[in-house]
Amino acid sequence: MRVKALILRASGINCDVETERAFTAAGADAERVHIRRFLDGDRELDEFRILAIPGGFSYGDDIAAGKALANELVHRMHEPLRRFVEAGKPILGVCNGFQVLVRAGLLPGGELGTQTASLAWNDSGKFECRWTRLKPAPSRSIFTKGIETEIELPVAHAEGKFLTGGDALLDALEANGQVALRYAGEGYPAVPNGSARAIAAVCDPSGVVMGMMPHPERFISRYQHPRWTREPIPEEGAGLTIFRNAVEYAQAL
Amino acid sequence: MDVGMPPVLKASDAQLEAISREGGLSLNLNEMRAVQAHFQKIGRDPTDVEIETIAQTWSEHCVHKTFRGRIEYEENGRREQINSLLKTYIFGATERIGRDDCVSVFKDNAGVIRLDDEYGIAFKVETHNHPSAVEPYGGAGTGIGGVIRDILGTGLGAKPILNTDVFCFGPHDMPMQKLPKGVLHPKRVFKGVVAGVRDYGNRMGIPTANGAIFFDERYTANPIVYCGCAGLIPLNRVEKSVQPGDVIMAVGGRTGRDGIHGATFSSAELDETSESLGSVVQIGNPIVEKKMADALLQARDEGLFRCITDCGAGGFSSAVGEMGHSPERRGGAEAHLERAPLKYDGLAPWEIWLSEAQERMVLAVPPENEARLKALLAAEDVEAASLGHFTDTGRLIIKYRGKTVGDLDMEFLHNGLPDIAKRAVWKAPNRRDPVFDEPDNLTETLTALLAMPNIASKEWAVRQYDHEVQGGVVVKPLQGRDHDGPGNACVVQPLLDRPAGVVFANGMNPKYGDIDPYWMAALAIDEALRNVAATGGSRQRTALLDNFSWGNPDKPDRLGSLARAAKGCHDIAVGFGTPFISGKDSLYNEYRDGETGESAAIPGTLLISAVCPIDDVSKTLTMDAKAPGDVVYLVGRTRKELGGSHYYALRGEIGASVPRVRLDEARRSMDAVSQAAAEQQLRSAHDCSEGGLAVALAETAFAGGFGMNIRIPEEAARGMRLDEFLFSESPSRFVVTCSPSQEAEFVKTLKAHGAEAHRLGVVAERPLLVVQDAGGQTRLSADIFALKEAWQRTFKW
Repeated sequence: MRVKALILRASGINCDVETERAFTAAGADAERVHIRRFLDGDRELDEFRILAIPGGFSYGDDIAAGKALANELVHRMHEPLRRFVEAGKPILGVCNGFQVLVRAGLLPGGELGTQTASLAWNDSGKFECRWTRLKPAPSRSIFTKGIETEIELPVAHAEGKFLTGGDALLDALEANGQVALRYAGEGYPAVPNGSARAIAAVCDPSGVVMGMMPHPERFISRYQHPRWTREPIPEEGAGLTIFRNAVEYAQAL
Repeated sequence: MDVGMPPVLKASDAQLEAISREGGLSLNLNEMRAVQAHFQKIGRDPTDVEIETIAQTWSEHCVHKTFRGRIEYEENGRREQINSLLKTYIFGATERIGRDDCVSVFKDNAGVIRLDDEYGIAFKVETHNHPSAVEPYGGAGTGIGGVIRDILGTGLGAKPILNTDVFCFGPHDMPMQKLPKGVLHPKRVFKGVVAGVRDYGNRMGIPTANGAIFFDERYTANPIVYCGCAGLIPLNRVEKSVQPGDVIMAVGGRTGRDGIHGATFSSAELDETSESLGSVVQIGNPIVEKKMADALLQARDEGLFRCITDCGAGGFSSAVGEMGHSPERRGGAEAHLERAPLKYDGLAPWEIWLSEAQERMVLAVPPENEARLKALLAAEDVEAASLGHFTDTGRLIIKYRGKTVGDLDMEFLHNGLPDIAKRAVWKAPNRRDPVFDEPDNLTETLTALLAMPNIASKEWAVRQYDHEVQGGVVVKPLQGRDHDGPGNACVVQPLLDRPAGVVFANGMNPKYGDIDPYWMAALAIDEALRNVAATGGSRQRTALLDNFSWGNPDKPDRLGSLARAAKGCHDIAVGFGTPFISGKDSLYNEYRDGETGESAAIPGTLLISAVCPIDDVSKTLTMDAKAPGDVVYLVGRTRKELGGSHYYALRGEIGASVPRVRLDEARRSMDAVSQAAAEQQLRSAHDCSEGGLAVALAETAFAGGFGMNIRIPEEAARGMRLDEFLFSESPSRFVVTCSPSQEAEFVKTLKAHGAEAHRLGVVAERPLLVVQDAGGQTRLSADIFALKEAWQRTFKW
């Protein structure tokens, strides 16, 4: 049986189709479902073993990026989501999805409703789309398992600067193995947004919930890479590992 | 009936003109007289709803009077009559070429070309010039929002896969004291327009990956904003029709007072008061449009509606009026305005009917599907309202709270516009090529050219667009070792599980039009096609879009240059076998100076956009040099034709010798490059355009991170001076590189096509671009990183 992966849709989410494709390529039975189906009681979160919140501009990011969708999750889907987390089922948030998970408190602290970090405006002050080099950190994340060398993935955001209240939390995240990926290289544009300690991806204390600003679903095949016309690039894109890890982990649950 | 207008029935000519002017109707006296005669026949005055509907339907924006009308044309003293520029030259070219892969041409909101057996690609480019002049952010955002709806409203709806953007602005560094009254500074317009396109396109989740930005002082008061969108459509969803009894359903955003008179506003010149006309610019909300797009594509796949169109200029009046109009049968519609969901209360019936509030589409829904469609839309948080139904009474009936506020004869509305004849004159300008000594230091010249705003890197803008969303942009706008080289074109793979792709490119250079609009048009087509060829596409599968932005066509000189450009479009498109599948014109791009009363026009600006389906995206090409030791070729013949070149512009000159497209030569060089690219004989290809060969060599080198050792062969230069050879903008030329092991194959391809080509040298590890003349003397030697820095510095904001 293929693992059922939920690609959550909401107004303004716009990376759902390619995220569905990435999970399908990774062996999941992926389905895009609008959040209204859950709020209206037509569908249950319990049907799924993986939850992905894709990128986009949920509700226009009108209050702050991801805030409105985070509120919906915290206040209107609290119970099913808590059960999902307690069951240890993987949750992946990419870009806007990362912003949602941080604002919902699931990242980095793992406490629904308690926000401890933020994704602030890029230091450059503008939306930017560019490919970045990412360095894996030794972490608990189940998603980055097996990634041992630098990989490349694109970012496309205006609010991706990972910030916490202070160094203590950053130290703790590093000590706990909750920093999963860092931007490689120093300064702008290698670190495209000015993130604290060049953080690109973080996971919760269990390693089963991860958020990342770069888009793994945009590098599934060789031809999505910006230099495929000039370098030998493997047929399979580096982003696929992240989805495959999630599927394998969920399969074993 | 509720009459909110001054009486027309007994008005004098002067009063008719006053009614049009004061009501913002943009109807001329002849047209007002036709309205008067029609209502005299009926024996009553028109209501406000009726006269506004007529004004919208007959506006330049909606009916393209200039392009469809009769023109008395005079060229260098020779006279001829042109019956419709559109039919004669644009559609005429398409008909003559007769390509059966163009499945929908000039009849829908966008043209459609076949991708494979199952899918087609819809492509449309629109302008949003006047709104962007007054309110750059909102104007540009709603420009992109509008063209996306054109794609959603093509056939039964296409899924947007790409946005394109081409802008023309005044100089970004223009001194404030030179700025005309009531005009925003070009830099502010530039930043606002980019932000508008960025915020709308990115929120829609559509990659923006092809475009251009051009600067000229004459765009200061009238910036040009071209927004394009392409979509994927199943071939069995291309046709649509309305049946009497179908429900008129308004879907998407609510109706408000924004954007009233947009269609008529765009059919007038701007002046210093235009800036205060905020209400003509719409307010965009991309999230509403995104929801609507998602829901409509599901409804399309379920087959829930029979026809769809967007609410653009003229709002409901245009959308319902057009859908209710049928050339085959009587048509008709009855709409109840109080049923339209409003943003706020207090709108007069004519305001509801005319509002250009964004994010709205109108559908014709078989009554049996109404409930299912409404449920589907509600499940996606999309509002919908049934306004009435389509009929076969031949009348357009508009009601408000039970009262008839408009009752128009469809026949008069769509065919009652009086024939117009306009006068057009084109006279070749009296120009000469400048005479000057060859500069000693060509490195300095090249560096200066690279920094010119029209040539310089536009990375600042490109990076603000999400060009990766949907995961299908496989040849990106920025290319090369450091992802910052200027791509010729982009390639989209619309279905990630199939290798088929689409090349998108454009061509535009208004400078040539200062010498001859015919050759400007020819060169724009050539540029778009060589960008396609350099990326691995072929002219045999390419279709074109034409977008004309011009000055006031009521002035014979403006219309003369427009007609001359249309002739160029025809001849060259036919010569290349590349049909036009859609197009649009935006006229009246003029600014009237409040003090002198004089009005100045933009340079006639023709944008050619190209769409070329390909079978396999893995056989495409980027422009960056790939490896040291690769050989460098120039394909195509260089002539001493520097009129309108950036080399002359650098010296403050225009010149006279505008480059010409020699169709035989052009086909040979393009086909050779297309084939060599498709057969993977090449490592890179870059077209020679602004700045000529030298700029193409520099860009190829620094994008690849390698130097080049170049020696110009005697037989290539044919006695030209080296500066002329390096900076000539002769069309149909490419700089290509290939590995030494493939050189023989490539030479065979060149010979097979009879293409002229010259081996110029090799790609070098050392990051120096060195150019020697035929005698072996080094005439240009520059560090590629210094060249790149000069090219990037202009817009490093």
